[in-house]
Amino acid sequence: MATIVHEFDNTFEDPQKRPPLVVGDHSFHTVTEAVCRINESPTAPALWWIIFVGGVALLANLGAMIAYLFFTGVGVWGLNNPVGWGFDITNFVFWVGIGHAGTLISAVLFLFRQKWRTGINRFAEAMTIFAVICALLFPGIHVGRVWLAFYLFPLPNQMGMWPQFRSPLLWDVFAVGTYFTVSLLFWYTGMVPDLATLRDRAKTKIAQIGYGIFALGWNGSARHWHRYERAYLILAALSTPLVLSVHSVVSFDFATSQLPGWHTTIFPPYFVAGAIFSGMAMVITLAVPARVIYNVKDIITLHHLDVMNKCILATGSMVGFAYITEFFVAWYSGNNYEWFTFKNRQMGPYWWSYWIMFTCNVIIPQIYWFKWARTNIPLMFVISLLVNVGMWFERFVIIVTSLHADFLPGAWDTYSPTWVEYLTLAGSFGLFFTFFALFLRFLPIIAIAEVKGVMPRKHAHGHGHGGDGHGHLEAAR
Amino acid sequence: MSSTTGTMTATSAHPKTHAKPVSMVLHGLLAEFDDDHKLVAACKKVRDAGYTDWDAHSPFPVHGIDRAMGISMTKLPIFIFFCGALGTATGVIMQWWMNAVDYPFLISGKPFWSLPANIPVIFELTILFSALSAVIGMFAFNGLPRHYNPLFRSERFKRATDDRFFISVLASDPRFNLNSTRSLLESAGAAAVERVDDTSESEAPPRLFIWAHAILLCLALIPIAMIYRARNAPIDYPRLHVIFDMDNQEKYAGKQAANPAFVDGRAMRLPVAGTVARGMLRQDPALTDGRVGDRWLTVFPANVTIDDALLKRGQNRYEIFCAPCHGFDGSGNGRVTDVARERGLGWVEPKNLHDEDVRLRPVGHLYNTVKNGIRTMPPYGDQISGESDRWAVVAYIKALQRSQRAAPGDVPTEKKDELNNRK
Repeated sequence: MATIVHEFDNTFEDPQKRPPLVVGDHSFHTVTEAVCRINESPTAPALWWIIFVGGVALLANLGAMIAYLFFTGVGVWGLNNPVGWGFDITNFVFWVGIGHAGTLISAVLFLFRQKWRTGINRFAEAMTIFAVICALLFPGIHVGRVWLAFYLFPLPNQMGMWPQFRSPLLWDVFAVGTYFTVSLLFWYTGMVPDLATLRDRAKTKIAQIGYGIFALGWNGSARHWHRYERAYLILAALSTPLVLSVHSVVSFDFATSQLPGWHTTIFPPYFVAGAIFSGMAMVITLAVPARVIYNVKDIITLHHLDVMNKCILATGSMVGFAYITEFFVAWYSGNNYEWFTFKNRQMGPYWWSYWIMFTCNVIIPQIYWFKWARTNIPLMFVISLLVNVGMWFERFVIIVTSLHADFLPGAWDTYSPTWVEYLTLAGSFGLFFTFFALFLRFLPIIAIAEVKGVMPRKHAHGHGHGGDGHGHLEAAR
Repeated sequence: MSSTTGTMTATSAHPKTHAKPVSMVLHGLLAEFDDDHKLVAACKKVRDAGYTDWDAHSPFPVHGIDRAMGISMTKLPIFIFFCGALGTATGVIMQWWMNAVDYPFLISGKPFWSLPANIPVIFELTILFSALSAVIGMFAFNGLPRHYNPLFRSERFKRATDDRFFISVLASDPRFNLNSTRSLLESAGAAAVERVDDTSESEAPPRLFIWAHAILLCLALIPIAMIYRARNAPIDYPRLHVIFDMDNQEKYAGKQAANPAFVDGRAMRLPVAGTVARGMLRQDPALTDGRVGDRWLTVFPANVTIDDALLKRGQNRYEIFCAPCHGFDGSGNGRVTDVARERGLGWVEPKNLHDEDVRLRPVGHLYNTVKNGIRTMPPYGDQISGESDRWAVVAYIKALQRSQRAAPGDVPTEKKDELNNRK
């Protein structure tokens, strides 16, 4: 009774008809049921255990790698003098970028009244939080003497000296710190009504107390909903410029330096587009298995996946355009060092990383011009993985190929990561998937209250169907 | 609990049973509706009847209910605006005070305080403060968290977060009357109307609970107090260093006492007898110093072979280290010299290497000049390191000198054509 799956194609492209956002013959109660039973079921699906156990194993490996790093020093990584940033900052930028799609879905699409976001926003926001946690890890551990990491924050050192606010690295601390805080607030605020639902359905004492504490006594009061909706709208309006600023500030870490390959004004928009691109791919990577494991295909419909694939096509093409523009400007600038750096990216010692990046990010997503590709689930899963590989390599290309050969050939060197760095990268996925598995098990993975607001209605059409939804309510006044 | 349901026919089955009866008071009436349109219509009726202390409850925000209930626009945005402005001010003042007042940073001669570089942090703090105030303000204005609510005593009310819609009218409302309010709600289309009771006294937590918390709090203060004492009390033994960090190394220095570990009592070991520092081995003074006894070498040392490779290396070193002053052709017109002349600086002109005295000097003397300097010329032995590089420079200088005084007959026959063809 909980899932009423019936095949209905809501991916049609008729501008006169809005596709329904929830398919199947659902009532409010069956939506609650479909989501809550995931948390209420006494046993978890086998695939969940695989994700959880794998995640915990990789997380333990991450702990071991970090302990080894702390007790031995950054020499356990393969960094050298020109290449002072390697896997550490590549991973940092990669994970921050992943987070951006979550905020795009929850904030930007909310402002644009894109109602399809409701099916996936909880999911995507959780992804944001966990990705930003993974990202925050790397600047923290890459400082070498980790006990001095307090100097990342505006605290004086032993000489009474404050951090220097002209440094983009410090801007980064504020940008990523604010981003994490605001994302967490946004996620939690959105979840309070659903936690109240779980609280009211809870059968065991522990669940009642646990969900009860975090539901804050939410009782669905219309006066509360009024302020809640206002606060939610304002949070969305705050998060939208925030998400654009965060990856812009991350790009300033590079763009404000003098290094050829980094010193370009295209970086902020190009980084933001890339971030959304990789994040959308990550949402697909997570949503495709989740909707199968938990049978929420009626709520995360094919239409949702279709729209996200369109976003991937758009942002992937933007990123491709940026690669080409960058290359053109390097040539057009007449600057030998700049031009050398770009030729070196394509044909130098790291040529393979450039071409992996270009293929995965620019060429492969072009298949999404075709609808059969956008609605083919195994294909989109594979492409989403490839896009993430490509976006990881984009950061690697930007960081390593620019650093390893800058101005003076005498100062060049190549970088090759050590086993510690590979395992640390793998460990960060462990951190991510452990958190994600716990989220899937214990928290409402779909914004139940929001989905109820966009459900197609039998007797009076809700706002999911446009105009006449309000007519009925008006008549009631 | 069910002992005091009064005149009402109790519809709720209370989940909790207390050991001793608790006196209950009327909290209000709860009406249930099965869809949101009926809720909106009923709200309008309750509003028009003049009630003030009442509320509607729904699993999702129902559109049009604000007007139907007469809810006026919240002041929350104004609160958020001022908190955001506080964030902006914090960003400005913090950065100005830290970098321009308390510890001024002079970076590339830039002003201590200039806005552009400080905008990102100001922006982020504005967003951070606004977002925190939006969430904290929203919950505070809503009177949340409030984990206990008399409405939660109703089993029926559990569906308010699932699929049912409710109106609660509280007994504290001046217009509240058990019968008339009930019939109003019923006539407004309620599927069911239920009386909600509340306990008359608040239930205090058990004594043991409070004492346990007080004791735990006191225990938690002990480590903090110990750390505070350890950091501030004078002690006569070295402080505990968790991380040595090269500031605190294990060493014997500073003890001002004989080291018992060695027979001679020294803390620092002497090098093994006959140790030679790197680059200090001088077995062949002709090669390393350009002299034999007191006499400068007049020919190149035996193990320096003059060939193309050596001259090329000499040219390379010469053009890096010598040409800036002596010029590429050795005539003393290097770039540094030119600049010094243009600016009229008090500059002792570098020697023209084609002067008679330089030409006639023995090669050993030239070598010594390269290595140790002469008059105002500083030594270049450290920059041009290694004997062979210095001899290469000397060989290149000799070649330069010869080139400036060459006769046509000096040109080798195989190079003649090249010379003649030059315009």
